[in-house]
Amino acid sequence: MDPRRTARTVSGPKVRQVGFFTPAPPERSISDPPRFQDPIQPPSPSPTQVNDHSPSGNSLSPVMIPPAHHHSDNFLRTALQVTSPTKAFSYSAKTVTIPPENEDVASSFSPGRKVFSAKSPSSFPGVKASSVPASELTTVSVVNLPPGISEKAGGASVEVQNDRPVSAKTLKEKTSKAERRALQEAQRAAKAAAKAEGTKASSAASKVVTSANTKPSKAAKSSSQKNDGSQVAASEKKGGDRAPEKDRKKDAPHPRMQYDDKSRVEKAKKRAVVKQTEARNRVELFRHLPQYEHGTQLPDLETKFFELDPMHPAVYKVGLQYLSGDIRGGNARCIAMFQAFKEAIKDYSTPPEKTLIRDLAARISSYVSFLIECRPLSISMGNAIKFLKNRIAKLPLALSESEAKSTLMLDIDRFINEKIILSEKVIVKHAVTKIQDGDVLLTYGASSVVEMILLHAHELGKHFHVVVVDSRPKLEGQLLLRRLVRKGLSCTHTHVNAVSCIMQDVTRVFLGASSVLSNGTVYSRVGTACVAMVAHAFRVPVLVCCEAYKFHERVQLDSICFNELGNPDAISKVQGREEINYLDGLVNQENLQLLNLIYDATPSDYVSMIITDYGMIPPTSVPVIVREYRRDHLWS
Amino acid sequence: MDFQVVVLAGGNSKSLTPLVSKDVPKPLLPVANHPVLYYVLHQLEESNLKDLIVVVEGEDAGLLVGAWISGTFVDRLHVEIAAVPEDIGTAGALRAISHYLTAKDILVVSGDLVSDVSPGAVAATHRRHDAVVTATLCCVPISGSSESGSSGGKDKTKKPGRYNIIGLDPRKQFLLHIATGAEIEKDTRLQKHLLHAVGQMEIRSDLMDAHMYAFKRSVLQEVLDRKDTFQSLKQDVVPYLVRSQLKSEAVLSGIRQAEEDGNEKVSFPNNQVMVSQILSNASTPSFHELYSMDADGSAQTRKTHKCCAYIASSSSYCVRLNSIQAFMDINRDVTGEADHLLSDNVIGPSPKLGTKTTVGPHCMLGEGSEMGDKCQVKRSVIGRHCRIGSHVKVVNSVVMNHVTIGDGCIIQGSVICSNVQLLERVVLKDCQVGAGFVVTAGSEYKGESLARKEK
Repeated sequence: MDPRRTARTVSGPKVRQVGFFTPAPPERSISDPPRFQDPIQPPSPSPTQVNDHSPSGNSLSPVMIPPAHHHSDNFLRTALQVTSPTKAFSYSAKTVTIPPENEDVASSFSPGRKVFSAKSPSSFPGVKASSVPASELTTVSVVNLPPGISEKAGGASVEVQNDRPVSAKTLKEKTSKAERRALQEAQRAAKAAAKAEGTKASSAASKVVTSANTKPSKAAKSSSQKNDGSQVAASEKKGGDRAPEKDRKKDAPHPRMQYDDKSRVEKAKKRAVVKQTEARNRVELFRHLPQYEHGTQLPDLETKFFELDPMHPAVYKVGLQYLSGDIRGGNARCIAMFQAFKEAIKDYSTPPEKTLIRDLAARISSYVSFLIECRPLSISMGNAIKFLKNRIAKLPLALSESEAKSTLMLDIDRFINEKIILSEKVIVKHAVTKIQDGDVLLTYGASSVVEMILLHAHELGKHFHVVVVDSRPKLEGQLLLRRLVRKGLSCTHTHVNAVSCIMQDVTRVFLGASSVLSNGTVYSRVGTACVAMVAHAFRVPVLVCCEAYKFHERVQLDSICFNELGNPDAISKVQGREEINYLDGLVNQENLQLLNLIYDATPSDYVSMIITDYGMIPPTSVPVIVREYRRDHLWS
Repeated sequence: MDFQVVVLAGGNSKSLTPLVSKDVPKPLLPVANHPVLYYVLHQLEESNLKDLIVVVEGEDAGLLVGAWISGTFVDRLHVEIAAVPEDIGTAGALRAISHYLTAKDILVVSGDLVSDVSPGAVAATHRRHDAVVTATLCCVPISGSSESGSSGGKDKTKKPGRYNIIGLDPRKQFLLHIATGAEIEKDTRLQKHLLHAVGQMEIRSDLMDAHMYAFKRSVLQEVLDRKDTFQSLKQDVVPYLVRSQLKSEAVLSGIRQAEEDGNEKVSFPNNQVMVSQILSNASTPSFHELYSMDADGSAQTRKTHKCCAYIASSSSYCVRLNSIQAFMDINRDVTGEADHLLSDNVIGPSPKLGTKTTVGPHCMLGEGSEMGDKCQVKRSVIGRHCRIGSHVKVVNSVVMNHVTIGDGCIIQGSVICSNVQLLERVVLKDCQVGAGFVVTAGSEYKGESLARKEK
């Protein structure tokens, strides 16, 4: 090997590798300073060297597309290694384990380096001139420089050196779980490499590395704009050199996880962004569904607001709104999600050495898994995501980044417009024909389509009466009622308990749906089945209005397998009526279990007709639509 | 996350003399041996906010603060200092740096805040509601007087002045009314139409404005531009925004409208309306939306904006250092119950203690301090490199750096600034001794503030 390494190997026995001191492969730490210049020097010694101590480097051929989770390192690294692209690949495979160090390198070499801090701040007026107009603002502290290089920076470096122990120490304590894991893996890799080669780290060199390693991502920030910084953080979270398939699994957790499977739940918890405390008293039958202590998630997610760098603000906001229940209803959630994704795509820029298709897909997956943690996806959202991913995957490779982005944004717009808005209009058009003068229409909950139907029929001058059936705890019907009454419709409001009494006056039942499954089962807001059954018993036709993008090929016979559990407190407490909260203090009792289901499944027997954008169909025809038009939905 | 952070560090505070002087501006006033600004910056750093603008009143103070930050936070934070003239108030300070603000939202934190309220939570609340302003409210600490013993008496008379009257909606999410200490003397006026829109207002006087605000930048700049007379965020800007939330002036909403239009390409103008309608129908409308719709149907004729409140949980610690009493309290709490605010250890590495000297719990001794025989230290903070003679009693006090205390002194409930010399047998009770002062031997003071004459 090269002479400088053999010179260093004398310094320590193998045992040194065991300690906590070196988070990076030791060889690298020794050759640290000279290696910075590798790309500048003729790269003759390095290829062998790289291959020697990075087994993973061998496996990656230069032409291979690097796995998704390296993107941020690469971004910085290319600044260094423009000269030899082939080398850059093998290099990248190796250096994933030690991102912090890399960034130090990057920052120290970037030509646009900013000031070094000094005692008298006024001596640097307008340092930030690039971003803000220069005047009063004075940069007094920047994030910078590994120790070795700081000496060149002049007199001020003395001061920095004094401060380093303090800052290094505090930062070390704050390494996150992911970072620790990355460290551990790096150590393991180092050990393996050392065994293979018999080289050891000199303790002095390793010290340098630890101090350099203790300030992750900060160094990067000074040299590049915020955007990169966030990506760096992303890579750090993702940590070391894991296999790409494992990474992908992490991005998109198994959609139908059984939450009574303890080990899986544990694993899922580890990668969760949102802190999830499992509720304790769960109903036995529904243990396989996720249920968390409500009220713990929101504050925790809020405090992490600034720490979730990889998350786009728009996505984050939507997640918060899902979690707090500010947005609900299948269509609204879907639209909100897509609008957030649109924002994210607009601000997206492909990191170098990545392809947009793969990186963006991974990015979207990570957003989706974040949203799932906030609230389980609805089927409509699942379909929409499938559509978007398909569009991303089908992007022609020849497209430039801006073209690809605008194509995707257009696609999203088109989806919202065609699949949601237009199909709602079509449904309205179909459904209005079923409303006649003198009808008494019953609806349950608040469905956006049904509302539009009613309003449209009213605009057409039809005379009819509306019965809005509602249920605790959400009382969404009241919101619908408010809007209907304001428009001048004549309405009756009742709760689902009284549905059997009012049903004899009703001539038609209009229901919204979260999804229609391929056996004709209508998956909708809990209580819908009850209303439909009562209507069936009274021989009142039940019309279900559902956009075709919400159809799903799954078959479901009951509402137990797939469902969502809401906040149990919502049913045990009544807002604003302290005097009837009889369950106070009983909530944590062992022998009391609260069940707040969100959805239920209405068997197709009770549904007379499904009104969708392809017309009015019997429930038995759903599989046809799913089969024939799926292509149209997903691959259009 | 598209947030910019502005730390309003202040300069020379009159309420804190003689502790604060030209050499020690308020941001650098040591609290448990760290400048008070350290707590804010540390807190922000913990939340991963590393690009800060620190606004200091006065050029000299700016230089001092800048030097300190560059020494302490080099490699950790990216800080820019802006020195603004004195006495232009918090709103004036923001106005002065207004053209540096570019992000969508601005987080404004007071530099004298010692708290563990997460800035992220405030920002998240702000974003979630798409508010114009979000104010952080925290429960007024109940302790205070009971523990600090003798100094409590003075405290009680002062405290009511610091209270705010805050009106909240039933869900405790929105600010409906905010009045600060000075205005409480007068009658409190509530707006009828606001009450009418909300239906129910909860008036609280046990909440304190922590002076951590999140503003929407465009609105903040607009207000600062249009209202030249506004001096203070707390007394002018925030109450103004809260007052006008249901009759948001055309300019404010005009901006917002323009922004929205700019964001979305108007490709399907008709559908856009439907999308926004679906979205708005999906959420529980706040009273703002209901009010704006009341006029006629769905058309939003009245412009409104939202003013949110983030109420910190009662377990979190949150105090502002704006009086000498608060200074004492914070010193006591930081070494005692709220010691998680400090990342490093409480007892310095090598204090030299004489024989039979006792140091009680909740004490902090800086490095290099020496104490003679038979001393007693209780619930006190002692800075670096102090020399304390024999038979000295220090209770409930703060002793800053490089203080020399002669034999037989008794110090209770006092603050002794840097470089003070106490000769033998001095008895101090509830006193503040300014920097560099020399107290003659055998003198006794009670409840006085001693400072060197300014030359």
